[in-house]
Amino acid sequence: MDNLEEMYNEIIMEHSMNSYNKKKLSSHDFCDLGHNPNCGDEIEIEVKLNGDVIEDMAFSGHGCAISQSSTSVMIDVLKGKTVKEAKEIIATFIGMIKREITDEEELEKLEDAIAFKNISNMPARVKCALLAWHTMEDILKKLEEGEK
Amino acid sequence: MDYKKDFPVLVERNIAYLDSGATTQKPQSVIDAVEKYYKKHNANPHRGAYSLSIEATEAYENGRDKIAKFINASREEVIVTKNASEALNLVAYSYGLDNLKDTDEIVLSIMEHHSNLVPWQYVSRKTGAKLKYMYINDNYELDMDEVKAKITDKTKVVGIVHISNVTGTINNVKEIIDYAHSKGAVVVLDVSQSIPHMKIDVKELDADFVAFSGHKMLAPLGIGILFGKKELLTKMTPFLYGGDMIEYVYEDHTTFAPLPSKFEAGTQNVGGVVGMSAAIDYIEAVGYENIEKHERELVDYAVEKLSKLDYITLYMTNNPKHHSAVISFNIKGVHPHDVASILDNEGVCVRSGNHCAQPLLRYIGIDSTCRASFYLYNTKEDVDRLVAAVEKAYKMFEKYLKK
Repeated sequence: MDNLEEMYNEIIMEHSMNSYNKKKLSSHDFCDLGHNPNCGDEIEIEVKLNGDVIEDMAFSGHGCAISQSSTSVMIDVLKGKTVKEAKEIIATFIGMIKREITDEEELEKLEDAIAFKNISNMPARVKCALLAWHTMEDILKKLEEGEK
Repeated sequence: MDYKKDFPVLVERNIAYLDSGATTQKPQSVIDAVEKYYKKHNANPHRGAYSLSIEATEAYENGRDKIAKFINASREEVIVTKNASEALNLVAYSYGLDNLKDTDEIVLSIMEHHSNLVPWQYVSRKTGAKLKYMYINDNYELDMDEVKAKITDKTKVVGIVHISNVTGTINNVKEIIDYAHSKGAVVVLDVSQSIPHMKIDVKELDADFVAFSGHKMLAPLGIGILFGKKELLTKMTPFLYGGDMIEYVYEDHTTFAPLPSKFEAGTQNVGGVVGMSAAIDYIEAVGYENIEKHERELVDYAVEKLSKLDYITLYMTNNPKHHSAVISFNIKGVHPHDVASILDNEGVCVRSGNHCAQPLLRYIGIDSTCRASFYLYNTKEDVDRLVAAVEKAYKMFEKYLKK
């Protein structure tokens, strides 16, 4: 990558080292663990719903700056969204990382998560950026299937 | 001596390659030997009556002779596998499953690579034998007191790594093997991280089984060796069944070929063995004394430089005599994968992660480390590049760490 500082930018660094989303919720409706056995990253995501709306989210666990910040930014973006909106945003994020979605207007709905766009230039780190999003995708799938 | 010039990848690419613990680069002589085999002598060995096939057979069997001589074994004790993992699985399946029972114990060091650990978990589950571990002390070394506390009269198999691929600790395997034998156990020794750097004499060590990979000692990928004592291999059942490992095949039963073919089912990797022969020639031409001297200077220099950085944690013994060419480290508060990405951007190749040794890392109390591993082609300039890149990585994170 030509300029690594582009990847390790202010948003990513702040979210990875000092995230206000890294905590436990007093209660949650869904909780799931995302695990990357190759690198040992483990991220637990808690979700609290209010009807169809994601009222609150938090995460705990450990991992690299990319996986930690990606989780924290995801929480910022998804909080307050409906389940349907959240699913669309997750699909767009994964599409962006895979370079399948490049349309700037479409990527706008990702808000700060657009900071991870250049991670596709670091193939070894793509899995770090996607860990939380895949975990959240699984949570929403379970929610749809009516499990708890 | 400048050995780098012999390695095309290192000449063509401007990198500090510090991941030889994972796999080494290959010298031109090894690449040439493999190319020459495929251009001039390739056929299926052990099958054809025509001269080309006989040339392939000779290339393969001469390679086995060279490997046998290299480790001071006899040729029927040298089994060609695809890597150290397959060699260790062969022992677990063909020796472990048939010889262990529920009152027995398997004792492993906590430093084992997954390849000498996971197969024994399987044997333990299948036979009921109890799995026990020998733990390291605060100085990342295995004390003989711990060895003697864990290996008992019930112990039937001891699995021990010669040099840890994480901490670089050189285990006193001769003493461990002698003690295990006094208790009636067989020893399965993993020399994958030692044979690139030091002479391995299986007779002198008196190990029962010895496994290593070719690709960590300049040979091509896909070739590994299992040494086993003849009296043990003779009694063992085959691991893989099929072509070339048989004597007579009837509709309902088969008699097996003598050693070593009994353990080599299917068409073998002749090109790999040829490459391994050339790798042995290269190592012998340089000489282990020179390799050891060169690496000692480099590792001492790297440890000295890295020790000066107060934000670095090193996971290694402070006794240089017990430490090989692997340095595991972390920048305090920064994840190893981030460090490795930043180092990569500076052309420095290190591994980050758990190094296929999760139980060891869990025992030390960490998830992962960065690991710089050295070989004869590395230079002081490589070390300087590593240290400069580490300093850069720390600077990128520094202001966020202090909050």
